[in-house]
Amino acid sequence: MNVLERTESGLYCRAADAWIDPSRPVSRALITHAHADHARPGCGEYWAVDVSEGVLRERLGRDITLHSMPYRQEFWINQACLSFHSAGHVLGSAQIRLMVEDQVWVVTGDYKRCPDPSCEPFEVVPCDVLITEATFGLPIYAWDTGQRVATEIRDWWHGDRERTSLLFCYSFGKAQRLLAELNAIGVGEEVLLHGAVETVTRHYREAGVAMTASRPVSDLPRKDSLVGRLVLAPPSAHRSAWMRRFRAPQTAFASGWMAVRGARRRRGYERGFVLSDHADWQGLIRTVIDSGAKTVYVTHGQSDVLARFLHERHGLDAKALDQLN
Amino acid sequence: MDAFAALIEELDQSTGTKRKIDLIARHLQQANAHDAAWSVLLLIGERRKRLITGRRLREILQQASAMPDWLFDDCQSHVGDSAETLSLLWPQLKSDIGGRIHKPSVTTWVNQLRHAPPMHWWMEQLLPALAVMEADEQSNTVLAIWESLPHERLFLFNKLLTGGFRIGVARGLVVKAIATGFNLEEGLVLERLMTPADASEQWFRSLTAVATEERGNRGPFPYPFFLASPFKEETIENSDPSEWWVESKWDGIRGQLIQRERGTYLWSRGEELINEQFPELIEMASAIPTDTVLDGEVICWAEHEQQPRPFSDLQRRLGRKTVGRKLRLECPVSFVAYDLLERDGTDLRSTPLEERLEQLGDLQRLMDTNTAKWRCRLSSGQQLQRWDQLDQLRKEAVEQGAEGVMLKQLHSLYLSGRKRGHWWKHKRDPMTLDAVLIYAQAGRGRRANLFTDYTFALWNQQSEPTSNRQLVTFAKAYSGLNDAEILELDRWIRSHTLERFGPTRAVEPELVFEIGFEGIQASKRHKCGLAVRFPRILRWRSDRIADSANTIEDAQTLCDQLAKRTLST
Repeated sequence: MNVLERTESGLYCRAADAWIDPSRPVSRALITHAHADHARPGCGEYWAVDVSEGVLRERLGRDITLHSMPYRQEFWINQACLSFHSAGHVLGSAQIRLMVEDQVWVVTGDYKRCPDPSCEPFEVVPCDVLITEATFGLPIYAWDTGQRVATEIRDWWHGDRERTSLLFCYSFGKAQRLLAELNAIGVGEEVLLHGAVETVTRHYREAGVAMTASRPVSDLPRKDSLVGRLVLAPPSAHRSAWMRRFRAPQTAFASGWMAVRGARRRRGYERGFVLSDHADWQGLIRTVIDSGAKTVYVTHGQSDVLARFLHERHGLDAKALDQLN
Repeated sequence: MDAFAALIEELDQSTGTKRKIDLIARHLQQANAHDAAWSVLLLIGERRKRLITGRRLREILQQASAMPDWLFDDCQSHVGDSAETLSLLWPQLKSDIGGRIHKPSVTTWVNQLRHAPPMHWWMEQLLPALAVMEADEQSNTVLAIWESLPHERLFLFNKLLTGGFRIGVARGLVVKAIATGFNLEEGLVLERLMTPADASEQWFRSLTAVATEERGNRGPFPYPFFLASPFKEETIENSDPSEWWVESKWDGIRGQLIQRERGTYLWSRGEELINEQFPELIEMASAIPTDTVLDGEVICWAEHEQQPRPFSDLQRRLGRKTVGRKLRLECPVSFVAYDLLERDGTDLRSTPLEERLEQLGDLQRLMDTNTAKWRCRLSSGQQLQRWDQLDQLRKEAVEQGAEGVMLKQLHSLYLSGRKRGHWWKHKRDPMTLDAVLIYAQAGRGRRANLFTDYTFALWNQQSEPTSNRQLVTFAKAYSGLNDAEILELDRWIRSHTLERFGPTRAVEPELVFEIGFEGIQASKRHKCGLAVRFPRILRWRSDRIADSANTIEDAQTLCDQLAKRTLST
């Protein structure tokens, strides 16, 4: 018996009559984390981790019906026993464990295995069936520690005090991780934030994450040249009207995609820092092995590649998620 | 190698042209002359013998690791470059492999690496030695070097070894950097770069030496070609029409014919000596006075015919090392001279075109009568009187087998490279067909992991209610869409994939594109029986559905019309 099935609105658990990260409005949604491609507005009720509540309400609306749960707390919805477990992706990100009768399924959502001072570490959750992401599911992807990348970023920033250093990164998760990683290597100097980054950072501060001091760019007087400052902004601001505020800045992008030269050159950033909040190849494989699952479904990105490798090399019953049912 | 590697890294990380020029100039000033010579050659992408193929490097890594073939393929199509793929994979695989390298045989090389050997040691000692090693020794040495190099150097090492080193620095940029760094005129640097290069201290010193040589009489070597830009009506429509000379633009290959006491040299625009492919032109040149340099077009054109043959005839000769009797008869060649760069050893490039043309006319009259004299044709042209003549002139030129007209300012000097404003090319409008996108493949370099190589198809029969017609591959095209369209199309391709064959995806046959091309002819090698020249995307026909695309029959009609036009004269 399958605990989960694929529907037009996304993964559905019949026993709980609930969808996981539904792609369209449904009556009951279980949310792994608050990124826009996982948490969408318009559902009847939401179930999510308590730590994620601030960002979720910020993005989906103050008055959504939200049942917030601490990590590892088991709860029942109809015939299913559910619990959230840390995924190490961003603040409040979760894997969802579903137990129906004697079957345990785990949906990882997005996750990573390397340490991140801005969120709870990944928790290994044993299961029978694992549904894993594979955004970076190729062996060319192997991450350095956040500490090392933060050092590179600091050197890049401090290496050119004549210009503004404009570092592009996703506004929820990556930006706050950068602030926390910089803090961890002893950078105390204030960092400036684009408005979209600022909004989310407030919730991280409320959650008590230790981060370098920061301030919205808009707080500074227009005539301030911002020379020598580090500014964090979302990729959508690259080459936008907002960027005109800076005279000849040096630009960089922090993302796992920056591992490949062509990807960086195409986007037109001068520098690329390889920093990801997803698992790298080894991280993906380790996670599948650690879970003890005999059946694995792979979704997002390189699902065919990872599934084939798990099947050939590790003898697992592994398939792309679109083959579930 | 460290200084060069640092330069490459910095170039890679800077987007401004001026900054790149400064970086290169500073590097060349600081490096020792022998290493700097290598830097120049590598930067301008001087073709070198490939030492080891990318495939062999991959084999080395694969034999030592347990990574399956298909996984390599997937990585490579994702990265778009084999040397880079290997350098990204090595750090993952090295722990499995490290213990298995047989050290003793390779220690000498690896020991030398510790002393930070200069660039020319890599290029002249290590890499050539690696290339000729026995298979086992070769793989052990490559593995040992990979192991001892810092990760950020792997990419450069692999690139140098596979000979595919190109980092997107234009030749013109290197010329500018040398000119800036050593206080030289750009034209002079370009000229010096056209003489044979060897990676020696001496060559670099002569490349960057203070200007003392007399310009002109360059022995067997060509002058830098002056190139025209695509016609932009708005930029010149306000000028006086009588400033302009209009002549046919022939569809052959650009050539510089140099006649010296010691011999004749025919150079293509790609700076290749093409004497052997065109022996008749070399024979013809004996009729030209010594120390003459002509600029013109090499083209297939028979003695008594009014019109040149199509480009495909010329192509038959280009691929050959030597040309036999049969080919000489079937594809007769001519040289259409349209400029005179040197006469009696005098460099005429700073003389206005008007005067050069006059001298060119004199010269042809002076030519000895030898049996091959007809092969040197003088390009005919005329001074423009009114702008509204231009379209008619272009139409006539096309009817006479040219691909359009050239517009040259009568007072223009013969400059080097592409300097806009003096010479324009005004080609005929391309032929077009609407075709359906059926396959897409990821690009390379900065288009890696983006679907940018497209295959288009035409219907095999007209639409009829009952017919069960099919799409047949017609042409591949890579250019013509802007960045935003490429991204949009990439997303569409990913969500409309029907099937994957390795890096290629078959997509739902829905999107229609207008494909433009310069020529079309029968071909046995192509599925639809036709081959087109310079196919490119003219526009995305989002207003059309696949059913309304053109048929092979339509393409055949174009082909027939073109053939008729050529035969009719």
